[in-house]
Amino acid sequence: MSRFILRRLGFLTLTVLLTSLLVFIVTQWLPGDVCRIILGREAGQGAIENCRLELGLDQSLPVQYLTWLGNFLTGDWGISFSTGLPIYPIVMDRLRNSLMLTLVALIISVPLAVALGVAAGLNENKPIDSTVSVGSLSVVGLPEFVTGLVLIQVFSFGLRDLGLPYLPANSSIPPQSTFLEALPMLILPALTAMLVLLAYISRLTRAGVLEELKQPYVRTADLKGLPRRNVIVKHVLRNALLPTITVIAISIGWLISGLVVIENVFNYPGLGRLMIFAIDRRDLPLLQAVIMVTVLGFALANLAADLLYGWLNPRIRLE
Amino acid sequence: MTSFPETNSIETGAAPSRWRRLSLVVRKLYSKPVTAIGTTITVIFILIAIFGPLIAPYGENEILASEARQPPSIDHWFGTDNLGRDVFSRVVLGAREILVLAGVGTILAVISGTIFGLLTGYRGGWFDEITMRTFDSLLALPALLLALLLLGTVGQSKYSILIVIIIVYTPIVARVVRSVVLAIKPQGFVEAARLGGESQSRILFREILPSVLPTLSVESALRFSYAIFLVASLGFLGVGVQPPSPNWGLMVKEARVYAGLVPWALFFPALAISLVVIGVNLMADGVKRIIGSQGQG
Amino acid sequence: MTNSSVLDIRDLTVAYHQDGQWLNAVHDVSLKIHAGETYGLVGESGSGKTTLVLAAMRYLGSGGSIRSGEIHLGDIDLMSLTEEELRQVWGRKIAFVPQNPQSSLNPSLRVGEQLVESINPQGELSPREAEKQALEWCAKVNLPDPERMAESYPHQISGGMQQRLLIAMALSTDPDLLILDEPTTNLDVTTQVVILDLLNDLIRENEAGVLYVTHNLGVIAQICDRVGVMYASEVVEEAPTHNLFSQPLHPYTQGLIDSIPQLGDTRESIQLRAISGQIPSIGKSPSGCVFRDRCPVAIEICSTRPPLYQVGESRTSRCHRWEEIVNSEIDIHQPSPGRKPTQSGDQDGPLTLETNDLSIHFPIRRSLNEVFSRQPSKSVKAVNQVDLGISPASTVGLVGESGSGKTTLARGIMGLEKKSDGSIELLQIPLPEKLFQRDLETLRLMQIVFQNPHEALNPYLPIGETLQRPLIRLAGLSNEEADIKVRELLELVRLSADYAGRLPSQLSGGEIQRVALARAFAANPELLILDEPISSLDVSVQAAILNLVNELQSDHHNSMLFISHDLSIVGYLADQIVVIYLGSLMEITGPEVLFQPPHHPYTEALLSAIPQADPNIKSSPIHLAGEIPNPADLPSGCPFHTRCPRYLGEICATTTPPWQVDQKTGKRIFCHIPLEELVANQIQIDISSAAKP
Repeated sequence: MSRFILRRLGFLTLTVLLTSLLVFIVTQWLPGDVCRIILGREAGQGAIENCRLELGLDQSLPVQYLTWLGNFLTGDWGISFSTGLPIYPIVMDRLRNSLMLTLVALIISVPLAVALGVAAGLNENKPIDSTVSVGSLSVVGLPEFVTGLVLIQVFSFGLRDLGLPYLPANSSIPPQSTFLEALPMLILPALTAMLVLLAYISRLTRAGVLEELKQPYVRTADLKGLPRRNVIVKHVLRNALLPTITVIAISIGWLISGLVVIENVFNYPGLGRLMIFAIDRRDLPLLQAVIMVTVLGFALANLAADLLYGWLNPRIRLE
Repeated sequence: MTSFPETNSIETGAAPSRWRRLSLVVRKLYSKPVTAIGTTITVIFILIAIFGPLIAPYGENEILASEARQPPSIDHWFGTDNLGRDVFSRVVLGAREILVLAGVGTILAVISGTIFGLLTGYRGGWFDEITMRTFDSLLALPALLLALLLLGTVGQSKYSILIVIIIVYTPIVARVVRSVVLAIKPQGFVEAARLGGESQSRILFREILPSVLPTLSVESALRFSYAIFLVASLGFLGVGVQPPSPNWGLMVKEARVYAGLVPWALFFPALAISLVVIGVNLMADGVKRIIGSQGQG
Repeated sequence: MTNSSVLDIRDLTVAYHQDGQWLNAVHDVSLKIHAGETYGLVGESGSGKTTLVLAAMRYLGSGGSIRSGEIHLGDIDLMSLTEEELRQVWGRKIAFVPQNPQSSLNPSLRVGEQLVESINPQGELSPREAEKQALEWCAKVNLPDPERMAESYPHQISGGMQQRLLIAMALSTDPDLLILDEPTTNLDVTTQVVILDLLNDLIRENEAGVLYVTHNLGVIAQICDRVGVMYASEVVEEAPTHNLFSQPLHPYTQGLIDSIPQLGDTRESIQLRAISGQIPSIGKSPSGCVFRDRCPVAIEICSTRPPLYQVGESRTSRCHRWEEIVNSEIDIHQPSPGRKPTQSGDQDGPLTLETNDLSIHFPIRRSLNEVFSRQPSKSVKAVNQVDLGISPASTVGLVGESGSGKTTLARGIMGLEKKSDGSIELLQIPLPEKLFQRDLETLRLMQIVFQNPHEALNPYLPIGETLQRPLIRLAGLSNEEADIKVRELLELVRLSADYAGRLPSQLSGGEIQRVALARAFAANPELLILDEPISSLDVSVQAAILNLVNELQSDHHNSMLFISHDLSIVGYLADQIVVIYLGSLMEITGPEVLFQPPHHPYTEALLSAIPQADPNIKSSPIHLAGEIPNPADLPSGCPFHTRCPRYLGEICATTTPPWQVDQKTGKRIFCHIPLEELVANQIQIDISSAAKP
């Protein structure tokens, strides 16, 4: 197991480093002269030279990359071009908001999705299975901004027009809101994210259950004379649910993409909105910080899933 | 030792021709209602994309100032938007924009991914190691983020969206192809070709590639639906496509502001996106099912 | 034997629903098993035997259904039970041992817990009592160190141990009926014999009725009291084991017995008679007698369905002509192949293939930990210092169990694996190490046929194109010449010319191996390697392939390396037998002296372990201790010393043994024990009288 952990850690470090190199190349090197972008077209040659010296652009690329990486690792993320404010606190505040939303989305979708997948898998080709299958196939195709807008129409405007208590259509929570203060505004965005996750996770869970049901050891268990319940719980589900850990980890990648859109639908002040803001203003330092934080978060989520999987799977744990 | 089931070779004729196989696939696609619906929707949208300019009564940016904010009627099936543009025409013409961008991007990504997948899987070694590590680091960024990163820095245009689709999906396709190649490579018929002195290009394209195609066609259909999804989402985020393009995502974004006044301008493009993505998804699922059942027997 | 039956199946028909119609997998089968009796059910794959046993427990998958018939288990009418009630019967009254031990155990539960589940399925015993019994059962099936065993997960124990565990699980509830579905088919012979002996002992103890399903006639002959022969969904013959082997009363049974070589058969002494044609696929059997289109004595009446004829007290046959068979008025043997295989060509002259000190090791990647602690890098030592020579126009048979390195050796010679040490010479010219360094002429000189017919041919290329390639590329023919030659090649392997247009999916396993043979022969190689070419095929088509191989070789005078795990087949086919264990050669012998001492102790164990298809031979198999060692951790000295029943002492563990040559038999033996001592202590292995030279 320790070998497994070491290998995973090594793999994670390598991937994150390579990705950081990619981010560096794309944001620092590809766009051309950063000083031109900052100072604008009319700036004099002298000012540009000064700026380059200040930003260390006169040094070789590897040195620039290492400096950049070192600064990132020590929390020195620089100043935002567009607002002139230090980037670190802004990103951290938005990260907190995004994590709250992610958490709520995962907590409501994962148990429900797994339950639906199991129910569909155990009842192959029966009505519940067809409903889940077709339902998830259609929902998985709907872009988040469509589902989000539909939910707003129904639960916000719709309920309001009926004179009932309704959910806010706009989730722009004030900075530093506590979780409980933010919660009412989290519900609609989280529901939108849930629909996407639900479809994805339940489909793969269903496939896992069907696969396990075919295994010869399920027959062994049946023919021992075990009650069907025991066979399902101890033999089918125990093995079928293990891979869903990996599925959930992958779906976090989906969730991150989805959240960018969802945050923009609901005006929710998370990393996703910050990212679009940075792109609109061509604020490259801000963009690279947001991207790096997301990459790191995604990688850590994957690592956690890998470790949990390894720990629960005797074939890896006892390696 | 497991025994090989001795099946009677019932079909004693020659190998079925290409046309017969194609018609068989079409028949199978229409054997299950859900798949049939998906296939039909996809075909209809492709036809709309091809013949759009013949169908659309108005131009995509033709402004009828006097007829702004009209609800759906005989003249304007989907109504007109805030500026007085015919929503039906924009939706029809938008089909071409989104399908061509997603379709061409997918095809190019599938081609480059296949080449990378074949080479890395078959040759292995350091080339495989370096390529796959690079691809892994690209995949460490969720697709939309990678797209945003590239568009945010390289510049925003239709062509950059095309490039983005290729860069985002090449690693995914390459991975899928590579895993099939790794499973095929140690099989007897590939080794027999190597021992028969066949050239590498023949082994890759004549011996291995046909076995990759079934998986590849499922993957391509899936990639196509994700690409539509991606282009629409980018439109909604206002990245990569600029007004007044009839990108459905962008139309939704613009219409949101006036949703109370012209809800139809919001509704129809959203419906179009939903329909086309669901259609392609259902079809992809059907293709997967057909290919899965062929694999078993 | 008492009169009470533990299992009584009457007129059972089981069908699968497919494309809107019901296809019979089991048709009108009746059988009875008494307490204390071991009933063997023999049949090839697709004969319906597995469906029959699953139906006997009423455990059929979603597609299958019992269409008619009765099943009684003692006095329980199985057909009348609900699923709940069936679960009370499963495990306690009927127990089942499946074919694949690996996949039949839950990978994420400790084996102790799985055993406890069997002992205590509905939770009546206290957990402590159940655990105690579980440990007792581990000991009863000779699992070493029961406490530690119970704490293990399935992936941590060997296939043989897994199967012992499944047997313990099945017997632990003292069932009335034990059903075994090919329980040793995936195990090596030396492991198989241990399991069979264990089963024999436990069955005698339990007085349970046993239904033993297998395709292996040797196993049937050795452990069953009565036998049913199944073909195309029907039981075509039933008889006490002795009678079945001495006088089969159905042409199919006779064909089955004739189609496999027995220990001691050689190609000079006996001709294999293949059953013509192929097994009909499910639901496609001919009307009337299901065997008539392959039967050598079929006549007009055979187009009506034969009833189950009662022959004497204890036998039945579904052959219209059983009386003529009993009176020996007709010959139910399949026709013998066209001509007798002869000793092929001149075997003198320089060796076709020679390896010296050939070793193939696969490096294992070190973990970072090991790199830091400076542990030496390890490798899997698959092949070690092998000296092998193949004379012109002769066949060398390489025999070894799984993990012995026999396939790696073949792949190393072909250039598909990298050698670590030593040399390979083809026609006395050293071969370049890597495949891409070998020129076309070298490639032409050596070809191989692989084991797995599923993967042998490109599923997307028509047979014609597959056969054309070596003709164009290696033999240098033009397209038109190659087209003509393809027809000749197909004819050579007895396939009609229209096969050129077919795809591999339209061919059966036997036909695919014929095409693979044709491809290998296409450019007329000097050396042909056959890596277990028949072990994936059904028994009744194996003989035809063996005959074809023989014939092709005697016509073309190629040298051949024939690899198999089955000593009887290698003994039948080869001019020289080479025994390999853990990557090292143990013994080199001629087939005619195979049974004469001295033997290498490993060869001796191997020979004694083969169940012979003759109930008159009661062998006394030698049990090998422990498991085959990990080739990454090769034992020092003699690689066999950890399991050798004739272990001499320290010298075996420390010093590499010498190659001793026996003057009388010409055998070469890799062992420290003086040959005279081996001769004095070893007895001649008993072989079937029919096979004695």
